[in-house]
Amino acid sequence: MSERGDRRGRGASEETTGGAPPSEDRARFTITVSRRSFLAGLAGLGAAAAGLALGVRVPGAEAAGATGAAVFAPNPFIQIGTDGVVTIVCHRSEMGQGIRSSLHVLIADELGADPAKVQLVQGDGDPKYGDQNTDGSSSIRGQYEAMRTVGAAARMMLVTAAAKRLGAPEARLLAQGNAVHDPVTKRSVPFGELAVAAAKLKVPAKPVLRPRAELVHVGTPMPLVDAPGYVTGAAKFAADVQLPGMLTAVIARPPVVLGKVARLDEAKAKAVPGVVQVVQLPAPTAPVKFQPLGGVAVIARHTWAAIRGRAALEVAWDGGPNAAYDSAEFTRSLLATVRAPGEPVRRLGDAAAALARAAKVVEAEYVVPHLVHAPMEPPAAVARMDGGRCEIWACTQDPQTAQESVAEALGIDKSAVTVHVTFLGGGFGRKSKPDFIVEAALLARAAGAPVRVQWTREDDLRHSYYHTHSAQALAAGLDAGGNVIAWRHRLAYPSISSTFAPNANRPSRGEVNQGVVDVPLDVPNLSVETGEAKAHARVGWLRSVCNIQQAFAVQSFIDELAAATKRDPRDMLLQVLGKPRTLGPAELGVEAKMLGNYGAPLDKHPIDVARFHRVIEKVTAAAGWDAARKAGRAVGLAVHRSFLSYIGVVAQVSRGPRGEVRVDEAWIAADCGTIINADRVRSQLEGAFVFGQSLFTHGAITMKAGAVEQRNFRDYPLVRMPAAPRRIHVELIPSEGPPGGVGEPGVPPVAPAIANAAFALTGTRVRTLPLVPVRPVRPVS
Amino acid sequence: MKLDVNGQAREVEADPEMPLLWVLRDLLGLTGTKYGCGEALCGACTVHLDGNAVRSCVTPVRRAAGKKIVTIEGLSPRGDHPLQQAWAELGVPQCGFCQAGQIMSAAALLAASPKPTDEEIDRSLAGNLCRCGTYVRIRAAVRKAAGV
Repeated sequence: MSERGDRRGRGASEETTGGAPPSEDRARFTITVSRRSFLAGLAGLGAAAAGLALGVRVPGAEAAGATGAAVFAPNPFIQIGTDGVVTIVCHRSEMGQGIRSSLHVLIADELGADPAKVQLVQGDGDPKYGDQNTDGSSSIRGQYEAMRTVGAAARMMLVTAAAKRLGAPEARLLAQGNAVHDPVTKRSVPFGELAVAAAKLKVPAKPVLRPRAELVHVGTPMPLVDAPGYVTGAAKFAADVQLPGMLTAVIARPPVVLGKVARLDEAKAKAVPGVVQVVQLPAPTAPVKFQPLGGVAVIARHTWAAIRGRAALEVAWDGGPNAAYDSAEFTRSLLATVRAPGEPVRRLGDAAAALARAAKVVEAEYVVPHLVHAPMEPPAAVARMDGGRCEIWACTQDPQTAQESVAEALGIDKSAVTVHVTFLGGGFGRKSKPDFIVEAALLARAAGAPVRVQWTREDDLRHSYYHTHSAQALAAGLDAGGNVIAWRHRLAYPSISSTFAPNANRPSRGEVNQGVVDVPLDVPNLSVETGEAKAHARVGWLRSVCNIQQAFAVQSFIDELAAATKRDPRDMLLQVLGKPRTLGPAELGVEAKMLGNYGAPLDKHPIDVARFHRVIEKVTAAAGWDAARKAGRAVGLAVHRSFLSYIGVVAQVSRGPRGEVRVDEAWIAADCGTIINADRVRSQLEGAFVFGQSLFTHGAITMKAGAVEQRNFRDYPLVRMPAAPRRIHVELIPSEGPPGGVGEPGVPPVAPAIANAAFALTGTRVRTLPLVPVRPVRPVS
Repeated sequence: MKLDVNGQAREVEADPEMPLLWVLRDLLGLTGTKYGCGEALCGACTVHLDGNAVRSCVTPVRRAAGKKIVTIEGLSPRGDHPLQQAWAELGVPQCGFCQAGQIMSAAALLAASPKPTDEEIDRSLAGNLCRCGTYVRIRAAVRKAAGV
C-alpha cells in the first residue's frame, strides 16, 4: 500500500548475495513437525501431502549449510546440498494467508524442483531478503518476478554445471523434478550432484525466466504445508516460545493514548505469589508511531501471576491530550464536516451545476466506526538480552521494522538485534506494528532474564491501532432518463498518517486511492472532496484499510440509485461503471501524481472496466441473479477493485428465527491476475467474506473520555459459526496477467453486498455500521 | 497437585485457583492449547475433562484434579484422529491459532453424537471463534470425519 510505502521509503529491491545459514535457535523455534507418527497417520492424504509435511521439518544447521559440505547457495533464498535437498527460505510472515504454501511453489517451479520435496525455512528479519513487510497484500504481487528471478538464477547455474558434466549444450537441457535432463541422450543429473560445481559459477546478472507454461505447479491447488502442525498443536506461535528462565509480563497501559502514570502503588501487586518485579515503562511522545504506550509492567514466573499482579496494581492515570475524545460526539462533527464543501481531490465537469439542474437528486450519508483487528492470537513477543545483543521471537508481519524499533529503543545497533518470526495467529495489519515487541525488549533488559510479553484480549481491544472512524456524504444527480449526470463524494476521517506525523489531519493520498479517486465512474460531472478530521487515537491499517468504508459507501450508494430509479442493481452498477475501457488520471479526473495505484505502474495494472464487468457477470451468473430476484430471494451485489484485484460479491439474506437478517449463501468472483496456490486464494476469499460479515454485523470500537469502551468478545462480537453462510462459492477467473493482491481485496465488497441484500429483504437501508450495535459491558470491579 | 494429562500422571505446584490453561501452557509446556480471551468467549483453550469439552481458561486447576485431561497433543497418539485428517485434507486452517480448540470441540461432539446434524455441528462449535473465517470448511471437515 502506497500509504505505508511512502512512510517507509524502503524499496522492494533485493540483494542476491550473501546467504548466512539460519541460526540454530531459529531452527529450534520455527516450525517443527517432527512427529513421524503423525505423518504415518496421514498416509491417506497421498504422497504429495505427506512429502510436504516432511518438507516443513526445519532442517538442522547441517541441512542449512553449516556442515562444511559444499552447498550451492546462489542467493539468500535457495540452498541445495550435495544430498539433493532443496531448502527455500520463506521471508514473508505466515498469518493465515498461506504464503508458506505459496511462495516456495513459485521459486521451486522456476528452479525445476518439486515443491513437495522442498525444505521450508522461515527467514529472520534481514534486509538481505529485500522487503519483508507482510502487508498491503503484497507478497505475491510485489515479489512475483523477484522470486522467479531467484529461482531462475539457481536453475541457470545448475544447467551450466550439468552441460559441462554431460558434454551437452545448455540450450537443450531441462531442469525439472530436482534434476537436469538431456532429452537427446536421456541422461539426467540430480541437483545434489551438481551442487558443488554450480557453487563455483558466477551468479548470472540477468537470469532468464521460464516461459509461463513451464511453471507447472503455479495456479494449481497446492496443499497447505503447515496443516500437520496446526492440527496437532505443534505449530509454534509467539506465545508458545519458552526459554530457560523465562518470565512473563503483563502490562497496565494508560487507557488514553499519550496518557501517563500519575500515581502508582505496587505493593499489592508485588505481594501476589509468583510476581517478581514491577517495572514502569517510559511514556511515549507524539507522534506515537510504533512506540509502546508506556504504563506499568508486572513481571512474574507465569502468566497467571502476571495477570493477577496487574489486577492488584493501584495506578492512577493522567489522561493527557486525548482524554476528552468521545467517538459518538466525533461522529456528529464528522457529519458536519462532510455536509460542507471540502478540499477537491478528484474533479470532472461541474458537479455543483449538474446537481442543481438534475431532475432528481439522491443523497446519503454513511458512517463506519473504529474497528479493531482482534486476531485470535493477541500480540505476544519474547525477548532475550545477551550482552549487548537482543534476540526476539515474535508474531510480526514486519520483522525488519521490529528489528529497527527494538534497536532504537535499546540504543543499540540493529545488527545486534535478531528477530525470529513465529507463526502469526492472525495479523490483519495489527502485527505490522512492533510496539509489543519493543515492550518485550525493554522488559528483558530490565529483568535481566528472558521475558515474554503477553497481551490479554482486553489489552488487544483497548490498546490497538484502530481502523479509522469515518463519515461520507454522497450525492448524485439524475436526468429525466435516469442517467447519472452528477456525482459528489465528501469524506472525512482521521488519517493513518496522523500516527506518524503530527499535522496530518485529512484523508491522505494513499487513503483516497483506496476506492475513491481510482473508481471508474461514467459520470460527466464529478467532485470528490476530503474534510478535516483530527485523530485522538492511534489510527492504523486493518485488512483492506480505507477500502472498507469507501467501498461500503460507493457500492451502497449505487444500489440506492438503482432503488431510486427502480432499476436492477446490476444494470445500474454496469451503467455507472461505464463501458469497458481503461482509465488514466485524465479520465478519472485526478492529477497524475494523485493516482497511487497501490504502487504499481498503470500500464501494467490499468484501471480496467472490462475486468469489473467480467467479475460482475461471473458472480451474478453463479448466484443465479435474475432467477433469484424473480423468485423474491433477497440478493445484494457489490464489486470492488483493490490491491490490483477485482472482486465481485453476491450475498443472499433472509430473516433468521429472531427476525434478524442472516446471510444464507455467498458467491464471490475474483480476478486476481496470476495466482499461485488456488486453494489458498479460495480460502482467503472465503475468510474475507466472514471478516466483512463481522464488520457489517457487529464491528464497533467506541471511545469515551479517550478510552476504548469494549473489553472482550462479549462487546466486540465476531461472526460465529451458526451465523456464517451455509455455503460460500468462489469463482477464480483464469488469468496469466500480472498478479494482484489476495489477502485484502476480498473484504471491501462484502459489507455493501450484504447491506444491499438486506435492503432487498427489508426495504431499510443500512448506512451506519454495524447493523447490530452492542452495548459495552462495564468491567466488574 | 496430581493431574492426569494425556494419559500421563503429572505433578504440578500451583495455586488451586490457577486456570487449567496456564497450568498446561506455563507449567507443563503443553502449548497447543491457546489463550484467546480468558473469559470462555472464544474457545481457543478448549480441552477435554473426562471427555467433555471445557474452556480451560476459566477452569480452576483444582476442578481438573482426579479427571482425565486431554489436550490437542493427546487427542490421538499418532495425530491421526479423523478430524485431524479431515482438517488437513480440506485445508481448513488459515492462521491455525483457533484450530486446536475447534478440533477439541468437534471431537467431543463426535464422541457424543457420531453422526451429527448441521444444527448440532453449529451448536457445538458456536463457542469457538475463528477470525480468519474458516467456518464453512470446519463444518465440511466435521461432516467428512463423521462420514455424513
